[in-house]
Amino acid sequence: MAMGKGYARAYYGTEHATAVQRKSSAHLLISGVSNAYTLEVLRVFGNPILQVLKGLSFESAMVPDPKRCNSCKDSASSRDSPEWTRPSPFPDEVLDRVLSLMESHKDRSSVSLVCKDWYNAERWSRSHVFIGNCYSVSPEIVARRFPNIRSVTLKGKPRFSDFNLVPQNWGADICSWLAVFAAAYPFLEELRLKRMAVSDESLEFIATSFPCFKSLSLLSCDGFSTDGLKSMASHCKNLTELDLQENVMDDLGGGWLSCFPENFVTLEVLNFASLNSDVSFDALEALVTRCKSLRVLKVNKTITLEQLQRLLVRAPQLVELGTGSFQQDLMPRVYAELESAFNNCKNLHTLSGLWEANFLYLPVLYVASAGLTFLNLSYACLRSNELANLVAHCPSLRRLWFAVIIVSKTEVLDTVEDKGLEAVGSSCPLLEELRVFPADPFDQDIVHGVTESGFVAVSRGCRRLHYVLYFCRQMSNAAVATIVQNCPDFTHFRLCIMNPGQPDYLTNEPMDEAFGAVVKTCTKLQRLAVSGLLTDLTFEYIGKYAKNLETLSVAFAGSSDLGMQCVLGGCTKLRKLEIRDCPFGNAALLSGLEKYESMRSLWMSACNVTMNGCRLLAKEMPRLNVEVMKDDESDDSQADKILKIASLETARKQM
Amino acid sequence: MSVPLEHDYIGLSEASSMERSSDKISSSSSSSTLSTEEEKNNVLNLKETELRLGLPGSESPERKAGFGVSLYGTDSIGPLKNFGSGAKRGFSDAINGSSDKWVFSANGGSEVDLGKGTVLFSPRGGNGGLEKNNTQQCNLPGVPPSKHVEKQTSPANEHASAPAAKAQVVGWPPIRSFRKNTMATNVSKNSDTVEGNSGSGCLYVKVSMDGAPYLRKVDLKNYYNYAELSSALEKMFSCFTLGQCTSGLPGREGLTESRLMDLLHGSEYVQTYEDKDGDWMLVGDVPW
Repeated sequence: MAMGKGYARAYYGTEHATAVQRKSSAHLLISGVSNAYTLEVLRVFGNPILQVLKGLSFESAMVPDPKRCNSCKDSASSRDSPEWTRPSPFPDEVLDRVLSLMESHKDRSSVSLVCKDWYNAERWSRSHVFIGNCYSVSPEIVARRFPNIRSVTLKGKPRFSDFNLVPQNWGADICSWLAVFAAAYPFLEELRLKRMAVSDESLEFIATSFPCFKSLSLLSCDGFSTDGLKSMASHCKNLTELDLQENVMDDLGGGWLSCFPENFVTLEVLNFASLNSDVSFDALEALVTRCKSLRVLKVNKTITLEQLQRLLVRAPQLVELGTGSFQQDLMPRVYAELESAFNNCKNLHTLSGLWEANFLYLPVLYVASAGLTFLNLSYACLRSNELANLVAHCPSLRRLWFAVIIVSKTEVLDTVEDKGLEAVGSSCPLLEELRVFPADPFDQDIVHGVTESGFVAVSRGCRRLHYVLYFCRQMSNAAVATIVQNCPDFTHFRLCIMNPGQPDYLTNEPMDEAFGAVVKTCTKLQRLAVSGLLTDLTFEYIGKYAKNLETLSVAFAGSSDLGMQCVLGGCTKLRKLEIRDCPFGNAALLSGLEKYESMRSLWMSACNVTMNGCRLLAKEMPRLNVEVMKDDESDDSQADKILKIASLETARKQM
Repeated sequence: MSVPLEHDYIGLSEASSMERSSDKISSSSSSSTLSTEEEKNNVLNLKETELRLGLPGSESPERKAGFGVSLYGTDSIGPLKNFGSGAKRGFSDAINGSSDKWVFSANGGSEVDLGKGTVLFSPRGGNGGLEKNNTQQCNLPGVPPSKHVEKQTSPANEHASAPAAKAQVVGWPPIRSFRKNTMATNVSKNSDTVEGNSGSGCLYVKVSMDGAPYLRKVDLKNYYNYAELSSALEKMFSCFTLGQCTSGLPGREGLTESRLMDLLHGSEYVQTYEDKDGDWMLVGDVPW
């Protein structure tokens, strides 16, 4: 095969050469493609590669074209049709090499739809599979389609299970997946699970069945204990990552950490911040010392400042650090040593933990904060002035999470916390993501926490803001309109006005115009969570303008079925819809029949849907999993909670 | 510890919260030895604003049948409805469940009748008398929807304490349990330090044991679950119960059956004071 340094070379025949010459320079680069230089260039293009490949396949006569070929009438049926035998101008090695650079699972799904050849090439080359809902497909089907998987990401329960809206023992158990994986993917290296039920037996199974296992990440999972961690530590000789975040697990003690063998040195990521028990500090220090590749270390709050200092001295190469408790009486020696340790951490870009941090020790961070891009203060409970001082030293900050607390009951509370946000606005111009949590979400007697003015202040200073999660007690339509004027690039806008159904506090009107402004201005919006007093008008706006919306969360909103109908009819890219406590009934539910198959899931709880509505839906759409969770005390006709999953399975098998 | 025969009472302030002084606590009534059994129930009787630990099956005239209860409030124990009778699984579920399924802080396990500003409870981990077992559906973690809740509010309304009652909705605001529980503890501890005021931000409650010469105070914030609280109380009062232990206690050197010893200092005498309720309290429980 002739090699070119990027320019067109006609080596497949005249037809191809002619076809190639008509293309743009991007296409021309592809044709000399076995050259390593051009492959690098391809990688730089990223997603446009796919467009280029598709362009070539459609326009060149030699490449199978689903539009023109008889056996691949439409992409969906191409898998069933007989093998397409006309040769592709792309040698297989070339296609494989290009595909190997393709990591986005969405792109890969698109590639696999082009034709049978590409479907096969793609499925053999895929090493990581992402399954957004574990009930949408069976493990057997996954194993059959993708023979070479090394890494699996699985998500299980509906998101509202985080808020106790899903019954216990609902399912999403990993064990049936593991049984299939053990047979099909003996060289499995990585499992990333979110909201799955994971037992200690499953963890032991992972540890003992996959000799190459490297990476385990459990986020918001439940059902296991530290005993399962012991199995992982004891048996996984090549473990590089153990990442535990916000799981509901039994913490029976910190002995698991001591189970890593003395000759175990491969750990790169260790996150046990959410566990409460003491671990053996000696074991931890020894582990950190011998794992020279450790780049992420997030300890729990039992680790003291002095212990932290010793760990930092052992691991100055850390890129992400989660500290332990950041509070103790001021001791100059400890302070100085800690500051020196932080000074030596030249690569630190993520900082979290800081449990119970107070003003005494926070300044030790200043030496390391110039390079910080992600600061997670959501458990630090800083006061506003402490926050302001800290962020003043973080000019490179891209992501900031924090929780607001009140200082004292007598202060004018609704501006104190906003001052912290004003400081963020002025100190962190590169900020892209802001998450503000309430430190005391249930104490409504005290009006505190951030208001709209804090949010507006951030939006004025941080024009690149595109992700926000904001809990507040009061908001106005005007403020939101200002915010999105300042930051029109929002992709994720999650606003939680904490009192359900609360109107604009200035005008007493519904918050319809606020979210109207959001969807009109932020054309790239992918995720939206609404709150406050909302009528159907909000949903009309959403359906009309939010054309890129993929995830919508609604609570205590809407006036009638029309609201939900607008969303289902208008949001063409909608994939996940979760609704609670809204007056949407059967008419709304049934209006989305055509939509549901293209969606990952729909959740409706405490709405006006009845069992008959669900039965009708299930009857009309047999390929949908429709699940109704009833509360025993409620009316037989009421369907209290409905979950719909588009699935290849006929019924969700209860694990 | 001997098997408890009677209820134990921990007094709680009717309107205690993070900011209010934790010393405004109503006196606890007389009580017996603390139960160490798994089956314990926390039932809140609004009238007496007391926390009772009772045996399953035990009844009290004011209690209504039906619900188990879980404590409500992250850093405040607000006025609570009395819903439960003794035979509830709420506590045992909390005990038996994972330690971070602790119901002490609000984790969305409470119910509200929206708009009425009243508070309801449901068992966190179990269903007790709340729901019948339905083989078709999974058991909810004790969280009936708001519609269902409305049926139950009316009889209990008369127990509601209007001004300080808080509206609480299941799973709202949408914050993960881990974060809620963690921040609740953090906030109280932090404000403790920040204020330099030991009274605010803590939840000190008086614990009295029948027959003990003085009462104790315990900061509920220090405990993550019922198991920890119960073992702490056990330790606190163990010096008084030695004499009642049925079998000998090998391994407990230095403590005889018939003498009360101050465990910290080994002397026979301890410092006490009489507080405004007329109870004798051990000095040292509430930090200076």
